[in-house]
Amino acid sequence: MSPWLAAARAVGAEIAARHADDVDVRARFPGEALAALKDRKLLGILVPESAGGPGAGIADVVSVCHELGQHCASTAMIYAMHQIQTACIVQHAGQDPWLRTFLKRLAEDQLLLASATSEAGVGGDVRSSICALTERRGRFSLVKQAPVISYGEESDAILVTARRTPQSPASDQVIVVVPRAGVEFQPQETWNTLGMRGTCSKGHRLTVEGEMAQVIPVPYADVSSQTMLPVSHLVWSALWLGIASDALGRARAFVRAEVKTSSGESPPGGGRLAGAAIELQTMKSNLITCLRAYEAAIGSADRLSAISFAVAMNNLKLASSQSVVKIVGEAMLICGLAGYRIDSRFSVGRHLRDAHSAAVMVNNDRIIANNATLALALRDDRELLA
Amino acid sequence: MSSPLKVRIRSVLKSAGCLQNGLEVIGDDADLHAAGLTSHATVSLMLALEEAFDIEFPDRLLRRRTFSSIDAIAEALGEIGVRDEAT
Repeated sequence: MSPWLAAARAVGAEIAARHADDVDVRARFPGEALAALKDRKLLGILVPESAGGPGAGIADVVSVCHELGQHCASTAMIYAMHQIQTACIVQHAGQDPWLRTFLKRLAEDQLLLASATSEAGVGGDVRSSICALTERRGRFSLVKQAPVISYGEESDAILVTARRTPQSPASDQVIVVVPRAGVEFQPQETWNTLGMRGTCSKGHRLTVEGEMAQVIPVPYADVSSQTMLPVSHLVWSALWLGIASDALGRARAFVRAEVKTSSGESPPGGGRLAGAAIELQTMKSNLITCLRAYEAAIGSADRLSAISFAVAMNNLKLASSQSVVKIVGEAMLICGLAGYRIDSRFSVGRHLRDAHSAAVMVNNDRIIANNATLALALRDDRELLA
Repeated sequence: MSSPLKVRIRSVLKSAGCLQNGLEVIGDDADLHAAGLTSHATVSLMLALEEAFDIEFPDRLLRRRTFSSIDAIAEALGEIGVRDEAT
């Protein structure tokens, strides 16, 4: 086990799990768990050694997300979203001195990064922007109506997308890194949802200022397709797998307890438990296959921007988001009333509500519509092991 | 003066309606993505090119860079045997 996974397990089991119900009930930021993740230096693990970090890989981050997902899904989601932003900077900062220095600070001070990619008025399409950077003497300013910014007010910096210039078409976007001091938040919408309540994904009117050097020197289209999209789908799928594993773990404990008290007769939920394990295995295999595909493609813009790669990564998100709901639902049926209750140790109510966020956050219907276009360009795999 | 192949590529771009802004002002080496070519429009453009030139793009060319400029498209078409001549 990597030292990072061991640290995540300690934070998850000892801190995140203890506060998970309170975070959920009060829809509050999981401050204790995030402080512990900072203490254990888990926020900066992706920062390469050349920028003063430990240089962990995406597999390490995926493992941490999977671990945290088993204890508190909101904590896991915040960690996952932070690492998506970090990966974008690590992969695309190039030799930009401002961004290199920022990465160094991220590792040293364990900065928490948030994201403002969605915008009111573009119909949920994060690859279109209305707001634009206005440049003046090497500095920029920008105002964005952001319908959801997860944990924005708790973050140390935020990554914001916008059109490159006020004259640019909606799809010609850049992404800019803005430390907290350069951002003014005007909260506009509250966050009172079915699940993932601790992510505090409120709506804001953002007013942002900074130096042009803070702009990632690659078009957002490339950052999005080569890093943000695949990494998002990997880390989310990992934490959803964590939610599903924990729910199924509760169901297994329930069935075991029944076996012990029923003098050896096989309990009614046993078959369902075995069936749900198939779904969990498929979910895990899919995640690991896609993780290996991403690791093999990393560093090659051509492989990362291939249509077949984009479709595979979209499929991972679509499949995992459906599997997690299915598995948690099965776990509830296995535990019966004990699973349906919210005050029993077999309760999977929070898991079920958190799991339903998966299909909604970047709506599956939108991803299927994207895949429908991309599928026109796909070629069949003719060779199994190619 | 643009080559006959690039003139044909322009006419495909025009009839596929991939760009909102005027195609006339876009140079052969200009970044089509920066000019508003979305990833969806890229797929439509690919299909329109396959139809117009009666070709099929191999897997290795199905990436963003292939469709990043008129020059890049001409190069890719050349690679799969489309000759630069008037029809």
